[in-house]
Amino acid sequence: MKPTRNWIPYLQVAPLGLVFLTFLVIPIATIVVVSFFDYNTTEIIPAFLRQNYEELLASPVTWETYLQTVEFAVITWLLTFPIGFTLAYFLAFHVRSAAWQTVLFLVCTIPFWTSNVIRMISWIPFLGRNGLANMTLMKLGLIHHPLEFLLYSNFSVVLVYVHLYTLFMVVPIFNSMMRIDRSLLEAAYDAGASGWQTLTNVILPLCKPGIAIGSIFVVTIVMGDFVTVRMMSGGLSASVALMMANAMSLLQYPAAAANAVVLLILVLITVGLMMRVVDIRKEL
Amino acid sequence: MAKGPTIELVAVTKRYGEVLAVDNIGLRIPAGSYCCLLGPSGCGKTTTLRMIAGHEEASDGDIILGDKNITDLPPAARGTAMMFQSYALFPHLDCIDNVAFSLKMRGIDKETRQARALKLLERLQMESHAKRLPAQLSGGQQQRVALARALITDPQVLLLDEPLSALDPFLRVKMREELKALQTRLGISFIHVTHSQDEAMALADLVVVMNQGRIEQAAPPREVFNRPASAFVARFIGGHNVIPAAVARAKGSGAFVAIRADLITIQPGPAPVDATSLSGVTRSVEYLGATVQVGIDVAGLEPLSAIVPESRFDANPVAPGQPVVLSWMPKDVHVLGRE
Repeated sequence: MKPTRNWIPYLQVAPLGLVFLTFLVIPIATIVVVSFFDYNTTEIIPAFLRQNYEELLASPVTWETYLQTVEFAVITWLLTFPIGFTLAYFLAFHVRSAAWQTVLFLVCTIPFWTSNVIRMISWIPFLGRNGLANMTLMKLGLIHHPLEFLLYSNFSVVLVYVHLYTLFMVVPIFNSMMRIDRSLLEAAYDAGASGWQTLTNVILPLCKPGIAIGSIFVVTIVMGDFVTVRMMSGGLSASVALMMANAMSLLQYPAAAANAVVLLILVLITVGLMMRVVDIRKEL
Repeated sequence: MAKGPTIELVAVTKRYGEVLAVDNIGLRIPAGSYCCLLGPSGCGKTTTLRMIAGHEEASDGDIILGDKNITDLPPAARGTAMMFQSYALFPHLDCIDNVAFSLKMRGIDKETRQARALKLLERLQMESHAKRLPAQLSGGQQQRVALARALITDPQVLLLDEPLSALDPFLRVKMREELKALQTRLGISFIHVTHSQDEAMALADLVVVMNQGRIEQAAPPREVFNRPASAFVARFIGGHNVIPAAVARAKGSGAFVAIRADLITIQPGPAPVDATSLSGVTRSVEYLGATVQVGIDVAGLEPLSAIVPESRFDANPVAPGQPVVLSWMPKDVHVLGRE
């Protein structure tokens, strides 16, 4: 082999390598470096201090916020998984014609034609104190005072999360389901499996990779979200990302960077645990 | 040794909207027999099998197993088990769990069902692969696991949908022998769908030739070969020359006669033609080892062929394009009852 030939594979991976370097490695490395910097109200001072991490981890507010964020992620997952699975199941197994499958699938994506924020805000007139929900319930005589928890509460935050992110669960699960050989369902039926047994013994295990991918989407998006929490809780709830946004608005970049590194580690651990349960590579 | 019940199809019909897939068929399969449903694709053989299995609802008629009408029962309550065309093994379960699947569905505890599955895998010489996933097995091994999975419930009838079509030709012949041996050992009925006449001839006690949703002939293989009931059967089963009765000057009621290709004698060159001979032109010569197959064109007839033992061919060889005379014995002419 000629020595010059050794260059060629490197050249071939260079474009992708450059993209990763520019858009992934350098930004994250910068965040990690800045998280050790010192800062005051007017400037950022290059240094190597553990202070940012120490302050972060010593503060009870941090722990509460992380707990709140994880709680949002878990509740959102607990709701989006069954809803997403049911939707995907309906699309994949009950809708027989491929044309209708496509049409209904497109219908699912229609909300994505508008921006996240607009879809969020559109809940406000519905959920508000004098909103549609409260007015209807009062007119029906079911309640006598407006329900306060509907808007600007953890309830409204989770509701919007579920609304916005269920589709991220539907798509990968639907994809997994469409790959299931229909003769497997017949084989299960032939073996005397009931509908429920087929679901739990055949469909669910074969959808695991799709469920894992959908879960990673939902959990990582919710853990990194700050717009929804800010808009829908009216400032009453916090999330880790919101904490960072607040720190940045005070120009405390190193503190925000340290927080970002901690959150990144937490998310990586979560994803790592999910990958241990399910081998996603089979799906890709 | 026949075990288990006979199967009877009574006026069974399957309609898909306007399309008639299976048209009013009646069939009796004796206990413990190997039955092959044979026919070209779209003839209704698979639909018939799936109706017996309970994966397809019969539009009309009854399916009777022993003294029980199973027409409307779910598959697992029928006493039948099906082996699917591409085996349909559960890809996420290892062999032992695949085999034990239906026991699990019945709520049998893990230890018992795994022990029974392992015993069955041992009978099929697959115990060393018990912990493998289907994707790690060869086609023949997958087939054995699929067989074991179908047999774990001790079915009275095993239904096989083109079980050999996914295998390469060499393995196909080997698995064919194994299937027959297994059926003989178990003594239950096997119903096997195939489009290969060789397979049906080699395996079956009862060959059911189907065409356009109807049964053309249901008989033992020798009878199907020696006395095909119709021109369709004679053509489909192969090894026959179908000739209009008038050309062969045969007596009888049918419009066509069949003459086995291996009972035809050929003579090179033009020669006078009588009641038991025809003159034509050699189209092709195929050397098949022990025999030579000579294709012959006779004006106004469908392509004919003669199968001649190698030594006899060598004594009187013909080449493509050469004129040739075919002759036969009057006793070898089989009058076909139907078109």
